[in-house]
Amino acid sequence: MGLLNLFRRSKTFRHGVHPMDHKEQTAHLAIRRLPFAPKIYVPLAQHIGAPAVALVKPGQEVVRGEPIAEAGGFVSVPMHAPVTGIVRAIDQLVPTAAGPKTPAIVIETYEAATQEVLYGLDRDLNALTREELIQAVQASGMVGLGGAAFPSHVKLLPPQGKAIETLIINGCECEPYLTCDHRVMLEQTDRLINGIRAMLRATGARRAIIGVEDNKLDAVRAIREKLPAGETISCEAVETKYPQGAEKMLISSLLNREVPSGGLPVDIGVAVYNVGTLAQLGELIPRSRGLIERVVTVSGPGVGKPGNYLVPIGTPLRFLMEQVGSSSAANEVIVGGPMMGMSVASLDVPVTKGVSGVVVFEKTAEDQQQHTVHPCIKCGACLDACPIHLNPSMLGQLAGARMYETMASDYHLNDCFECGCCSYVCPSNIPLTQYFRIAKAVNRETKAIAA
Amino acid sequence: MSRKQKKVVEIRTSPHLKKALSVEQIMRNVVYALLPICAWSVYQFGISALVLILVTTLSAILTESLFCRLSGRPNSVGDFSVVITGLLLALTLPPGFPLWMAAVAGFIAIGLGKSLFGGLGYNVMNPALVGRAFVQAAFPVAITTWTPGFLPGRFLEFIPSSLALPFMSPVNTGDWVRANAPDGFTGATPLALQKFEYITTGSLDLLAGSVSGSAGETSALLILVCGLYLAVRKMMDWRIPAAIFLAATLVSGPLHLMNPEVYPSPLFVILSGGLMLGAMFMATDMVISPMTPRGVWLYGGVIGLLTVLIRQFGGLTEGVMYAILVANALSPLIASVTQPRIFGATRGATSKEAES
Repeated sequence: MGLLNLFRRSKTFRHGVHPMDHKEQTAHLAIRRLPFAPKIYVPLAQHIGAPAVALVKPGQEVVRGEPIAEAGGFVSVPMHAPVTGIVRAIDQLVPTAAGPKTPAIVIETYEAATQEVLYGLDRDLNALTREELIQAVQASGMVGLGGAAFPSHVKLLPPQGKAIETLIINGCECEPYLTCDHRVMLEQTDRLINGIRAMLRATGARRAIIGVEDNKLDAVRAIREKLPAGETISCEAVETKYPQGAEKMLISSLLNREVPSGGLPVDIGVAVYNVGTLAQLGELIPRSRGLIERVVTVSGPGVGKPGNYLVPIGTPLRFLMEQVGSSSAANEVIVGGPMMGMSVASLDVPVTKGVSGVVVFEKTAEDQQQHTVHPCIKCGACLDACPIHLNPSMLGQLAGARMYETMASDYHLNDCFECGCCSYVCPSNIPLTQYFRIAKAVNRETKAIAA
Repeated sequence: MSRKQKKVVEIRTSPHLKKALSVEQIMRNVVYALLPICAWSVYQFGISALVLILVTTLSAILTESLFCRLSGRPNSVGDFSVVITGLLLALTLPPGFPLWMAAVAGFIAIGLGKSLFGGLGYNVMNPALVGRAFVQAAFPVAITTWTPGFLPGRFLEFIPSSLALPFMSPVNTGDWVRANAPDGFTGATPLALQKFEYITTGSLDLLAGSVSGSAGETSALLILVCGLYLAVRKMMDWRIPAAIFLAATLVSGPLHLMNPEVYPSPLFVILSGGLMLGAMFMATDMVISPMTPRGVWLYGGVIGLLTVLIRQFGGLTEGVMYAILVANALSPLIASVTQPRIFGATRGATSKEAES
């Protein structure tokens, strides 16, 4: 809480941090298509929920855009072929960014194929009923493209007794380095608005608000120009501050309402979608197509040709890195943004639907002198940074004493969404977020054993 | 990527970015902020103040090194926090304080106040004030012997009491003061003058520091400016001094209105004695102040209240030191009753009941 907050202009939430955003590397670069990799790996479990079930067999030829796996349940989505080629395997284990290996469909790309998407059927969105729209969203294989990879259609069906009144479209992109949502808002404004209209119909929401951080005012202008007067859709600038793009924070900034602790946005009648998700839906649903590619920001000091690339789902990071080039000092490849993303252990990890960025860091002089961890000096910087208003200092001390259960029962460990603000500001270099992640994992295991 | 050279991919967990501000930087900046105050002290009181500052700081540093060695911890002098303690301690002592006593104060401050608890981050009270409280109890006369500032020979000649031999009582400075000081110097601080003789020193003198008192507590204005530097750089919590001044004003204001003869105005309360230095640099010691937003205000309020109560109704002329020490002791309690309401919690307080 600084004195300057009194003079702020854009809407915002309390607490949070202001890391250097490093977006100038890629923000001005238009989206470019990445070539097709010779082999594509489509993991069946690349979203939250049940894994998809393969529909194809090894040796079978697939056409780009064709469904290759069906949803494994309601909270699950189908997969579509990102390239025209031949299926080589349907259960090859590939590493994921999170670590464990997972079965994937492997497609060998036909080099001579035109890679035209022939699949799909044009249809009139307004003729579809609400149920048909929701089905169409699931059939497109759409998940949250902001990084969560939660199946989009699930959020369209609120539980009994709850209704969605407000749709919030997340164009914050608060992670440093990432600019793919920024480019999508600038270059695919019409698709985005189409997607929002479809979702308004699918949810029955009365209004939609697009929240964009005020370091992207060009995107706000571009969207506002396309919005007719009196429209139920509006676009608002919010303060550039991390983690503005966390859904609870954005709702608080725009509506001044808090999602209950342990609850979901739908508990206060809100559904939040990422701009990239809706821009894709605005393009795919009217043509009954599936999600086969996405915009990925490739940036960071270790990248030769940073930019925003349209990458087929399943492209291995190794191929991506070969295309963009990497410096010899590059030593850390992060999938997602640098605040919440995961550094990968292998470049065989494929780009999945939830990958919004690939950030490559170099070994720097600063890295080499490892940050010394001091005892907590109780400066309170973490309390002033935590957007959930937790007491990370206290949680950190409890974690040091391995009192993981006390952390959850008395200090709200489970409300932490691991945004990383506390670790970021800690002058003693205590790895707080990392401690909390361990504590949560241990608690989960203890619970599983007890059950 | 060539086959020959094996490429190492590093794996870390998020966040992968780090704000540049470190403990060393914070502590170094506090030292920078204290240096002008030290410089003013030396200018006002001369070589005695300079050597006093050096002695307490060196004593603090040596004590910390010694304890680190004894306990097998890496030497933590490099984090600069011990320098802050040494400087602050000197600034709260009378300029002519015997140097051997100052060395004892430095040893007690770090040894008893900090190292025995486990070093930086684990102490429960401000180490400098622990040291001062010890010498206040052990050497009650020496710590209330004030000498005038701005003497012509101050840069060449020690105040005689400074050079007392170890374990010896210092010589009486009365004759020396009478010989050197301008006419009418009583040795009384503005607080004592006010308390016992109802003579209120002008605010302008208090701001500028042309009064007698502890080595580094005389110029309220300078301390305020140095403190603001830290607050602007976000290395000090501005809410703590704000709460102290607010509470001191709220308590002393009505008293002053009731009987302006006996009770000084809030402005005098804030500018006199060690309140400014205590509020800006000692109460704000991060380790021993609460971290919760409401706790910070409560903590400052307790210090402001106690300071005025001790000054007006206690036997001592100055109460800042004990007020801060008491508030330090209360700090964990304050923190536990003022845990922040977490985002999205339906009921007021956090802790246990919100979970159920």
